[in-house]
Amino acid sequence: MATVSVTDISKTYPNGAQAVCPASFEIADGELIVLVGPSGCGKSTLLRMVAGLEDITTGDLRIGDRVVNNLDPAERDIAMVFQNYALYPHMTVAKNMAYGLKNRGASKDQIAAKVTEAAEMLSLTPLLDRRPSQLSGGQRQRVAMGRAIVRDPALFLFDEPLSNLDAKLRHQMRVEIRNLQRRLNVTAIYVTHDQVEAMTMADRIFVLNAGAIEQIGTPSEIYRKPASTFVASFMGAPPMNLLHAQADAGQVRMGDVALRMPCADGAVQLGIRPEEVSFSPMGEVPFKLTLVEELGASRLLHGKVAGQDFVVNAPNDDAPLADGLMLSFPAESLHLFDAQSGKRL
Amino acid sequence: MKRAAFSQPLMPVALLMPQLIIIAVFFYWPAWEAVYSSFFLQDPFGFGASYVGADNYTRLARSTEYGKVAGFTLFFTLVVTFLSLGIALLLAVKADKVIRGAKTYRTLLMWVYAVAPPVAGFLGSLLFNQNIGPITDLFAFFGYDLQIGLNYNDTAFAMITVSVWKQIPVNFIFLLSGLQSIPVSVREAALIDNQSGVRRFWDITFPLLAPTAFFLLIINITYALFDTFGIIDIMVKGNPASNPITLVYKVYTDGFRGNDLGGSSAQSVVLMVLVLLLTIMQFRMLERRIHYT
Repeated sequence: MATVSVTDISKTYPNGAQAVCPASFEIADGELIVLVGPSGCGKSTLLRMVAGLEDITTGDLRIGDRVVNNLDPAERDIAMVFQNYALYPHMTVAKNMAYGLKNRGASKDQIAAKVTEAAEMLSLTPLLDRRPSQLSGGQRQRVAMGRAIVRDPALFLFDEPLSNLDAKLRHQMRVEIRNLQRRLNVTAIYVTHDQVEAMTMADRIFVLNAGAIEQIGTPSEIYRKPASTFVASFMGAPPMNLLHAQADAGQVRMGDVALRMPCADGAVQLGIRPEEVSFSPMGEVPFKLTLVEELGASRLLHGKVAGQDFVVNAPNDDAPLADGLMLSFPAESLHLFDAQSGKRL
Repeated sequence: MKRAAFSQPLMPVALLMPQLIIIAVFFYWPAWEAVYSSFFLQDPFGFGASYVGADNYTRLARSTEYGKVAGFTLFFTLVVTFLSLGIALLLAVKADKVIRGAKTYRTLLMWVYAVAPPVAGFLGSLLFNQNIGPITDLFAFFGYDLQIGLNYNDTAFAMITVSVWKQIPVNFIFLLSGLQSIPVSVREAALIDNQSGVRRFWDITFPLLAPTAFFLLIINITYALFDTFGIIDIMVKGNPASNPITLVYKVYTDGFRGNDLGGSSAQSVVLMVLVLLLTIMQFRMLERRIHYT
């Protein structure tokens, strides 16, 4: 258990490519942080820098009250779960879990007790004598978890641990990892490209884009108040609708649609989530329907608003979908972004 | 596997024929000839042969000279295998860690592999040449007179050195590719689990390298037993009398110098049995024991 404190940390490769722009943040004891972003945004690099698998170009990294920049990964008191599990193929499940403890000078009895306890927690007891090649993907995932928890590390690192599992297992393991982390109360950093994982698991989410942290916030902050069009369109499924508009004398205009909104004049992007618009005969925005996707509980209506792509997530009430639908945009659900920088206004 | 159907029953046989003929002519026929003639005593001038039963074998078993050569062969094989594998492993591990200029470095190390075996043997013999060999000069500098082809131990030393030198690149290539096929994330997991690089190597890297290493072990034993013929021939300069030789070389000298075809055949049969045992061991171990995935 420990806090993590990062000051102006950055990573530049020898060829000049900057993988992580200088960033500073603090992680509280027992907190689960999710780093989320598209491929190549630097989230894995950042995690690997914390693990000690990548050099830190500038800045300080503290785990607990130690600066660990120049410590070997084994000295940092961390445990990591890899995307492809990285189990030792020639060792049994029990030995896989015991290896890290053995090298830290734990006694045989201690090791046995820890392994038994972890195996029970993860329902691995009947599999302890098997080799990784004799396990299913989900079981390997559990062993990788077990290998991390037997060590009682100060910090857990997860590098997209669920991306090799099928959808059902992924959901199950997601809940399990979250429960385990709460129960053990260990600080954790979790990397994923899956925004659902990020939303459901995180205490706080760090959204990364092109090596820089775009926004740090709780899942609900990220969802309710995205700091930029990037965050708005990355978090949430389907993503937030973004409409190019012109702000002019207290009005936001898109083609022939105008909404009353206090805003400085200029080009803006108007954002609204697909699930927060509703159909209403009193609505002021005409919607031209082109395609319907059935989701079961709801349906996604694809269409156009003022000539721009727009998606509505409407409850599936079997209402007939006719032409000439009108949408109403609740004022509290509207987000305004600068058209150039994409920053929230 | 898909079963192919041939309308002509002789077609598959005809298709296999070229391969079968090659195997029969170049492998089974000579092997049979060796077994057959090992039970005969040949006239040195080729006028006839008389059946002597197992005499050639019992003579071998009683011969102190054969025992001595077998002893040296064992020593030679063990030392050459150990050194060529050990040095190649060290080089491969170090080359694997090189980050800057890795490709150039590896290419340079592998170049030696492109040197043809007779050329390598010749180069080796030049290095140990009595008059101009730099290694001979080096020993002379320290006051030791290296006499290849005259002194038993000196010749053995030169034979081993050249044989090891010649085999290192082959082992290096295999071991390096074996090292690089170990998943990066497994090594990184080990990095987090164990601080000591040496222990990580023996606990994680080496066991994962074991399939490659075992394959190379067999290859190297075979190499030291059989393929070092050319090197030995150059070193002993056709004068095996007081020099160390291996079993294969003895087959050649007894058969073609001593004209004892029967005894030489019996020796080849012994070697054939040895190869057979090695092959069985390789299949047993490689197929069953050392694979993980």
